Amino acid sequence: MTATATSALEAAYDRAAAGERLSTEDAVVLLAQGDLLTLGSLAAAARQRRNPGRTVTYIVDRNVNYTNVCVTYCSFCAFYRPPGHEEGYVQTYEQVAARLEELRAQGGRQVLLQGGHHPDLPLAWYEGLLRSMRERFPEINVHGFSPPEITHFAEIWKMPVREVVARLKAAGLGSIPGGGGEILVDRVRKVIAPMKATSDEWLGVMREAHLQGLSTSATMMFGHVETLAERVDHMDRLRRLQDETHGFTAFIAWTYQNPNTNLLRKVKDPAGSHVYLKTVAVARLFLDNVPHVQSSWVTQGPKVGQLALDFGCDDMGGTMMEENVVSAAGTTYRMTPEEMDRLILAAGWEPRRRTTRYEVLPPHLPTEVPA
Amino acid sequence: MIPAPTDPARDLRRLRAPADLADLAEKVVHAQRLSFEDGVRLYRHPDLLAVGRLADLVRERLHGDRVSYNINRHIEPTNVCATACAFCAFGRVASDPDAYEMTQEDVLERAAACVAEGATEVHIVAGLHPLFDLAWYEEILKGLKARFPALHLKCFTAVEIVYLAGLARVSPETVLRRLIAAGLDSMPGGGAEIFDPVVRSQICDNKCDADQWIDVHRTAHRLGLRSNATMLYGHIEGDEHRVDHVLRLRALQDETKGFQTFIPLAFHPANTQLSHLPGPTGRLDLRVTAVSRLLLDNVAHVKAYWVMLGEKTAQVALSFGADDFDGTVVEEKIVHMAGAESPQALTVERIRHLIREAGRTPYERDTLYHAVVREKAPA
Repeated sequence: MTATATSALEAAYDRAAAGERLSTEDAVVLLAQGDLLTLGSLAAAARQRRNPGRTVTYIVDRNVNYTNVCVTYCSFCAFYRPPGHEEGYVQTYEQVAARLEELRAQGGRQVLLQGGHHPDLPLAWYEGLLRSMRERFPEINVHGFSPPEITHFAEIWKMPVREVVARLKAAGLGSIPGGGGEILVDRVRKVIAPMKATSDEWLGVMREAHLQGLSTSATMMFGHVETLAERVDHMDRLRRLQDETHGFTAFIAWTYQNPNTNLLRKVKDPAGSHVYLKTVAVARLFLDNVPHVQSSWVTQGPKVGQLALDFGCDDMGGTMMEENVVSAAGTTYRMTPEEMDRLILAAGWEPRRRTTRYEVLPPHLPTEVPA
Repeated sequence: MIPAPTDPARDLRRLRAPADLADLAEKVVHAQRLSFEDGVRLYRHPDLLAVGRLADLVRERLHGDRVSYNINRHIEPTNVCATACAFCAFGRVASDPDAYEMTQEDVLERAAACVAEGATEVHIVAGLHPLFDLAWYEEILKGLKARFPALHLKCFTAVEIVYLAGLARVSPETVLRRLIAAGLDSMPGGGAEIFDPVVRSQICDNKCDADQWIDVHRTAHRLGLRSNATMLYGHIEGDEHRVDHVLRLRALQDETKGFQTFIPLAFHPANTQLSHLPGPTGRLDLRVTAVSRLLLDNVAHVKAYWVMLGEKTAQVALSFGADDFDGTVVEEKIVHMAGAESPQALTVERIRHLIREAGRTPYERDTLYHAVVREKAPA
């Protein structure tokens, strides 16, 4: 390593240690040359500055994928079926309600409601669904759709995004998950998801949601065709919007999952856990205005999911009674709330449940009474 | 054996050790031997990553950026076993419907397949079965050597050597001499489990004790064999037991210099008598790798055994002191019977990618850690 390269790295370490805002150049240097465990410790310290203590949160939730019919044909997706395919489905309100009953039995607080981009379900169908869910399950927040779904609605309903968000919110939508963020660089999106919302459209939906008072999360799917600089560009675009709106609750990164997808041909070597942990650590350091960083046990498995807590993550996401999208790509990690508690405790942290907005719920586990 | 520092001040800065590890960081930087108490402290220090950085410094001093892997195959001639260890999901009694016994031809056939795949080593261990006696193994070693003279035969745990000696009513040394004469090239490190007698009596009461295990390896080293050493962790043992175990290995190594590699083995509870236990966390996997690297200052290599750790944790272990990624193991049964979810084999390309992604340079080794040069170099 040249002296200049070393000093750029040292300077980035120093800025990170001091809690100063990192430049995009800093982040690229850290990703390219940083030592995994040094970055982990710096990120763990940043996490302690923002979320002090030994608490690790998670939410009892479940996925409801109301349809798998989709006209977007993303090369990395193994879940969707094109219209007319014999395996295509749309769930009825009753089928969705039955799933929420199961969630209620677990004390669930959130449903992650997402679907394929169905070509002709009308707004009234969605409004009816959201209203029926709110009436019957007022304690369960609908964390619904994703920016590409919202953009898709705007297109098929011939309605501005602002109005789509307003109508869905009025019917009961509580927050929007950050799915479909992938990498917010259009060169990359053209390769992996050419028919999905552009990066400006994705950010536009999030800006609109934040302005209307809906919180959202932000995601990044990496380890496919993007460069390190593009990975940092993605985080930079999120950080800029967050400076403007402060509407993102959390950042969630995961690595592109390998089998059963068309993207496989273009990605010879899916990212391993080393790159995953390094990336969440740099994300914790770079995204200084995003309150929480989630560990992705769904894609990384329970062991690396626990380890990510040493690399700056402070939340384990949801328990997801059923997960269909990642598991369609061959990854099948599952967890009950009790298993989640055990996982967090075994890693040396205190598990607490939370709401979608990261309000920490009262302790649900018996605590030791001092003698 | 760990090289002296060239720039101790730089190394210390790089370690970023918390204040309550500063004394141990000094010791590590100056390549001083760590004590039992130091080992226990390293197990209990809350900052796992700081402990990992200490181990990573030692690894780098010893091996630079090189990480090895080998192309090998495991053959387990029988799963019938007299020992019934509480932690084992592999052993069967002869009447079990899924008990199996390979013939000499079965073993030769498997070895032929592994040679065809480019393996440089075959790893043979098995249950303790009275029909698989010294004569049976002498015959198979001779048969393998005759057909595959270039194939390295890494066979028999110390536990098997003690068992074969008992069956034949000869000393373990005689067993080793006869097996070496028949073609044995080196020994794997299995059967060590945890040396502490109280823990050992609870997890593998019928197995040879620590002194016997150590003695077999001492004898093997004296007879010119290299061997490995293992430790099974993540069941009922405590920090002190792990440190004690590793220090017993270190003491023998001071005497013989015969160990090549230390291999921490993560306990897999499924289908064992200890299936109520949760098994180790990823944090413990990495902690054991790091603390073992730091304590075993006289053993060259520490392995990230991906079969037990899984690909993901094994890759991270390369940043916690491990310098060897084990082999492309085909048909591993012992851990997979206990619920290991790792694939049966990783391709050479995937292993090389994982090593490179962790910032290291991969090289293929043979059993004795010589670089293997192939006509067609892998990508």
